[in-house]
Amino acid sequence: MACLLETPIRMSVLSEVTASSRHYVDRLFDPDPQKVLQGVIDMKNAVIGNNKQKANLIVLGAVPRLLYLLQQETSSTELKTECAVVLGSLAMGTENNVKSLLDCHIIPALLQGLLSPDLKFIEACLRCLRTIFTSPVTPEELLYTDATVIPHLMALLSRSRYTQEYICQIFSHCCKGPDHQTILFNHGAVQNIAHLLTSLSYKVRMQALKCFSVLAFENPQVSMTLVNVLVDGELLPQIFVKMLQRDKPIEMQLTSAKCLTYMCRAGAIRTDDNCIVLKTLPCLVRMCSKERLLEERVEGAETLAYLIEPDVELQRIASITDHLIAMLADYFKYPSSVSAITDIKRLDHDLKHAHELRQAAFKLYASLGANDEDIRKKIIETENMMDRIVTGLSESSVKVRLAAVRCLHSLSRSVQQLRTSFQDHAVWKPLMKVLQNAPDEILVVASSMLCNLLLEFSPSKEPILESGAVELLCGLTQSENPALRVNGIWALMHIDKIMSTHGKQIMQAVTLILEGEHNIEVKEQTLCILANIADGTTAKELIMTNDDILQKIKYYMGHSHVKLQLAAMFCISNLIWNEEEGSQERQDKLRDMGIVDILHKLSQSPDTNLCDKAKTALQQYLA
Amino acid sequence: MGIGLSAQGVNMNRLPGWDKHSYGYHGDDGHSFCSSGTGQPYGPTFTTGDVIGCCVNLINNTCFYTKNGHSLGIAFTDLPPNLYPTVGLQTPGEVVDANFGQHPFVFDIEDYMREWRTKIQAQIDRFPIGDREGEWQTMIQKMVSSYLVHHGYCATAEAFARSTDQTVLEELASIKNRQRIQKLVLAGRMGEAIETTQQLYPSLLERNPNLLFTLKVRQFIEMVNGTDSEVRCLGGRSPKSQDSYPVSPRPFSSPSMSPSHGLNIHNLASGKGSTAHFSGFESCSNGIISNKAHQSYCHSKHQSSNLNVPELNSINMSRSQQVNNFTSNDVDMETDHYSNGVGETSSNGFLNGSSKHDHEMEDCDTEMEVDSSQLRRQLCGGSQAAIERMIHFGRELQAMSEQLRRECGKNTANKKMLKDAFSLLAYSDPWNSPVGNQLDPIQREPVCSALNSAILVSRSQRKAAIVNLSLLGPRNPQSAKATSSCPSNGTGHTMSRTDGSIWNWILCIRHSGRLPTLAMHFKSSHYIVAFSQHGSRPALQI
Repeated sequence: MACLLETPIRMSVLSEVTASSRHYVDRLFDPDPQKVLQGVIDMKNAVIGNNKQKANLIVLGAVPRLLYLLQQETSSTELKTECAVVLGSLAMGTENNVKSLLDCHIIPALLQGLLSPDLKFIEACLRCLRTIFTSPVTPEELLYTDATVIPHLMALLSRSRYTQEYICQIFSHCCKGPDHQTILFNHGAVQNIAHLLTSLSYKVRMQALKCFSVLAFENPQVSMTLVNVLVDGELLPQIFVKMLQRDKPIEMQLTSAKCLTYMCRAGAIRTDDNCIVLKTLPCLVRMCSKERLLEERVEGAETLAYLIEPDVELQRIASITDHLIAMLADYFKYPSSVSAITDIKRLDHDLKHAHELRQAAFKLYASLGANDEDIRKKIIETENMMDRIVTGLSESSVKVRLAAVRCLHSLSRSVQQLRTSFQDHAVWKPLMKVLQNAPDEILVVASSMLCNLLLEFSPSKEPILESGAVELLCGLTQSENPALRVNGIWALMHIDKIMSTHGKQIMQAVTLILEGEHNIEVKEQTLCILANIADGTTAKELIMTNDDILQKIKYYMGHSHVKLQLAAMFCISNLIWNEEEGSQERQDKLRDMGIVDILHKLSQSPDTNLCDKAKTALQQYLA
Repeated sequence: MGIGLSAQGVNMNRLPGWDKHSYGYHGDDGHSFCSSGTGQPYGPTFTTGDVIGCCVNLINNTCFYTKNGHSLGIAFTDLPPNLYPTVGLQTPGEVVDANFGQHPFVFDIEDYMREWRTKIQAQIDRFPIGDREGEWQTMIQKMVSSYLVHHGYCATAEAFARSTDQTVLEELASIKNRQRIQKLVLAGRMGEAIETTQQLYPSLLERNPNLLFTLKVRQFIEMVNGTDSEVRCLGGRSPKSQDSYPVSPRPFSSPSMSPSHGLNIHNLASGKGSTAHFSGFESCSNGIISNKAHQSYCHSKHQSSNLNVPELNSINMSRSQQVNNFTSNDVDMETDHYSNGVGETSSNGFLNGSSKHDHEMEDCDTEMEVDSSQLRRQLCGGSQAAIERMIHFGRELQAMSEQLRRECGKNTANKKMLKDAFSLLAYSDPWNSPVGNQLDPIQREPVCSALNSAILVSRSQRKAAIVNLSLLGPRNPQSAKATSSCPSNGTGHTMSRTDGSIWNWILCIRHSGRLPTLAMHFKSSHYIVAFSQHGSRPALQI
């Protein structure tokens, strides 16, 4: 504590700290390199675990000097290493610290340091980079700006267990989206990291595992590669299965379950593969149990929801596994009344996770009830379930609201529930509220749910229409978002006499979609809408007088995609159907347009469905 | 169809779950029945072709089911011990295939067990250790020492005390005295045992009239058997049964068996024996020195088939782990014993007890060739004088019983004991009578241990060895904790010079850190059935 001896005895505590901090910085400028080194070492010891000291040193300009010393050719490797250690320590502090470091361009300096031959220095740089890149304030793009960085990092993977741990951690934090995945994949990430899964170091194994989970997410290319990778004679999926054994640390079980889930969703593993049905799924259900930490339960439920979303068999298995549906009801009990009274810390913790837990539960319920009527019934019969969903619809958190709407949407596929529970709980009221000024992602789900509530047999139909749904839906048909436009028209279709009142708007929306650059599914839906419209007299009028639309239908009859051809055929069939009023004129007009020729051509189609439809249509002309 | 568990004696004509001490999961409604006619919604329904598993966790006494390999969640909690797997069939023509582990299970039970081992291991690792580092070491040494002293392994106790710098609380002479008495009891020489006790520990039996009564009843039984010294000296041949110390299912329970064998063998030498007796002998000596791999093997089987002997459960598990044998049954066990040839006996030295047994054993080696199958057991060894003595003794016993009742009030246990003993006389061949098991030398053991405990209490020693208490088994986590107190070092090297059994156990806990009963119990109670409802026998699914 030499510095204290030099300070005057009577001093306020604050200035004392600043003065001592200044002394640390001053010593970095000493002409004697040995003294500079000692100064850096002393600084290192002073800042460990002391956020105030860190902030002081940053304010006093220690960072640029440290970076200068770190990059200086003349600095000894020892000094460079100590500088990197101190910078790493500063980065461990608050987010503001990290921002200050970024402002001083620390990342290029540290990346430059990685070119050094000295392993200790490289490890210090990597540790510091790891800390910076794992901070939420650091843009991950910074890792990819220099194209030479990734291959160099890949090469460093072989140097030591520390380089392995830090680099994997950097990758798993900075790999966001398909572009990053592709860059890492193209630089051999899979081969370079795969063998780390059998490392002796738990941390290395864990970080490598995390890398694979981010690499495989929604990425068929990576996932397809992963299933065939061999490590020590074992296929990667088998290694993942071993890592989700019940005696492994929870973090490891959860992460390997994620890897397998992502590979399955990316199409690399079948949904009826034993490693999914008997290993991954039960593991994820266990992650939802009360014994797990709140964070783990959130992650477990979200991953499980993702895994089972497209597969009814997995939904059925999950629904009977370990009383999952009842287990999820517990997610709504935070903060519990007990935690509020007894333990402030616990209350704080519970509150933090309460939203996350609720949205995760809603998501999982939505997946569970996506296809099976019995499961939906079971979910709705869970204690206070409908109340919880209705409450969820008006929560402040967008995430919870979205998940609640999704859940409700999934449950609304049940005719029985639409007529009972949905009516009893007047679900439509909060739903209409959600539809006002909600972000698009919510609107998409909420509007498709509205479609279900507007079905003929739904008792909610009347009150919804009375509360101004038509205007709202017309609004949607003008939306930028094609999915919203489709939902808007679709919902409108269910309303009686809508074509006579809002026919123009609907036709306009349909034209817009058919003209735009949309995916096949959206267009197919739209053509089906058109076919449905072509079922009523007013609507047929509207179509027949709209040459633009007729040309579009003709075009889609000759489209390369069978689905679209079929949908267009539907429209034509409805328009030329014999027994209906005015069918003769419509037939004539369509013949003039060359539709009959197309029908003849299609009746020779190799697709039997299309061929049958065309023949039936031609018969209408013969009759 | 109902699949579940029930205790012994539950009505077998009703589906499991409906009656008291019975638990079931029913296929028609998917409900679980917890000793009640009304079910709780539990899981899915099941039907032809499904594979249903039932797993009892003996650590937390819960049960869960699986359907086609998927866990359905906990069905029952707070289950009582000793439940049997049960399947109830209602529909005519139903067929069930049961799998007790002979085929791999659909559900990954190994993985489940791994989780529990890790849990228990963590519990052991986290168990708070006292402030002073060495405390556990001392405690475990005390435990072992007290076990050795209690059971009279004086040589081992002495060696152990020397190598661990402990003092044996009881002087050697006293241990030897107790050992002498135990030998007499186990040899069936009750009269001498009572006399010696009265000599060495005057007033002990006066203060314990019930114990004295028990001893005397046993003496009466031994008279009938022809083993008691009072009838033996009256002539008559040693009957067969006295030698046939049976295949003991409790190899560790009474270490002082070893000397008693010496005596048995001695009798045999004069009275002729059969090879079968030697097999019994063999097994007992195993109990003391398990220095042969195959011997300890047959022991482990032994133990696993005897879970109902409470104080031995702990030891049972230790062995089951080593052997990893879960299909144990009595047949296996016995064949193993017989295959342990007699020739090996001579190679078994006794560490405990006096050395003179060795040459007696050699004696018997020559005698055993004699075919003794024609020998018939006779009442009191066949001598008329002995029978008269026995009858007379019986009268004395009756009188004593009446006196006891006057002084201490009614005692149903005593009454029943006497009645059972006298019943022996009602049969022409008591050994093959319904009450004949009293003549079985194994019945000497409880008497022996009661007397040993009484002596120790009178000398204010611990009544039961601490180690016995702490080994009561991991039925609950608390006792699992108790066993976790083994020191991490310093035990290994002494092992070879002391009794292998107990050390093995301690070491196995220490090194593997797992509680092996779990594995064994699961193996035997986790079962999976596949069934069809129309009489056709489906291929086994598992």
